[in-house]
Amino acid sequence: MNNTSLITIIITSALVNNVILSQFLGICSFLGVSRQIKTSFSLGCAVIFVMAIASAVASLLYDFVLAPLDLAYLQTIVFILVIAALVQIVEMFLKKTSPGLYQALGIYLPLITTNCAVLGVALNNVTSTYNLAQSVVNGVATAAGYTLAIVLLAGIRSQIDEEAVPGPFKGAPIVLLSAALMAIAFMGFSGIAL
Amino acid sequence: MNPYVERIKNGLITENPCLVLMLGMCPTLAVTTSATNGFGMGLSTMAVLVMGNFLISLLRKAIPDSVRLPAFIVVVASLVTVVELVTQAYIPDLYASLGLYIPLIVVNCIILGRAEAYASKNPPLLSIFDGIGMGLGFTAALVILGLVRELLGAGTAFGVPVLPASYPNIAIFIMAPGAFVIMALVVAVMNALRIKTRANEIVEGCDGCCAHCASRCHSEEAKES
Repeated sequence: MNNTSLITIIITSALVNNVILSQFLGICSFLGVSRQIKTSFSLGCAVIFVMAIASAVASLLYDFVLAPLDLAYLQTIVFILVIAALVQIVEMFLKKTSPGLYQALGIYLPLITTNCAVLGVALNNVTSTYNLAQSVVNGVATAAGYTLAIVLLAGIRSQIDEEAVPGPFKGAPIVLLSAALMAIAFMGFSGIAL
Repeated sequence: MNPYVERIKNGLITENPCLVLMLGMCPTLAVTTSATNGFGMGLSTMAVLVMGNFLISLLRKAIPDSVRLPAFIVVVASLVTVVELVTQAYIPDLYASLGLYIPLIVVNCIILGRAEAYASKNPPLLSIFDGIGMGLGFTAALVILGLVRELLGAGTAFGVPVLPASYPNIAIFIMAPGAFVIMALVVAVMNALRIKTRANEIVEGCDGCCAHCASRCHSEEAKES
């Protein structure tokens, strides 16, 4: 069993090993849904929501079903199906019970099914032998790091829109360069002694 | 042109999954710290692509349309597990350096994208060649990116020192920011040469990763406008 403290997990997952800027998970949505601060924040909230639930369910499934039955090698198949089903259920549940929240998060939920960051967190939890509480905290912290990165990028992009960018760098390249500068800034967090 | 040769050319050049379609960006940026890693990742993905395309094409008439995506995911996830176990057993070095990114081949958009766009509509043999073409295109792109990063960052190519010892290694290129810089330059060069890529489409619209999301997002956008 892994004894890492929850605070250490939060700082490591949200800042030092930022899911986007140092692990490159969830790049598609990072580039695709970062045009406005408001929408990227909504996407970030949806990711936090899904990652918290997915980490909890995946961790329980692994500890109480896969590991005791010696089926750990099935984890990839089981996790991806659980996440896909979970997102569908969350979507239907929100639609019925809270239309307001569904309006805000609903359209992002299908995007999250194929978001590699969610599967990545579930697999990471297992590799790091986190228990239930540690897994959920890791899921939320990773998603918080995701939200931080995507909202910051959206802020930078709204500034870039005002600038005269050299022709070939318009669009994707300048966004990728901004991400590179953000990644350099985030490398500073690796100096935190834990 | 022979349709089989045409599939290979399509994957390698016309619709190169990495450089033109801009699919599978996560592994592209993450594992290209060296040419060897890029090559290993490319081949692992190609193995899944070829077998996945073949199986899905065989099953294309048996899978009901409404559950096709979950069915594709199960096929792909099983194959990825096979590849993961094989690499772990026979190429432990590669397994150690690619780590988490091997199981994450499941969510690589190229694989589900090809299943949805090609294998589910075409006969098995052509689908295999489509998988080989796309796999070669992906591998070629990863090796090129890995080679550039490795040369600039460590002065080596496939682990062999090639640049003179006086070359100051620019380590940032093999770290995370280097991946973004190189990718930005690649797209900028493609833009300057006026080669049309999907890069700007991704940045303008939504995720657009797999066929499922893409079609869904386009309809959402159409509703908004």
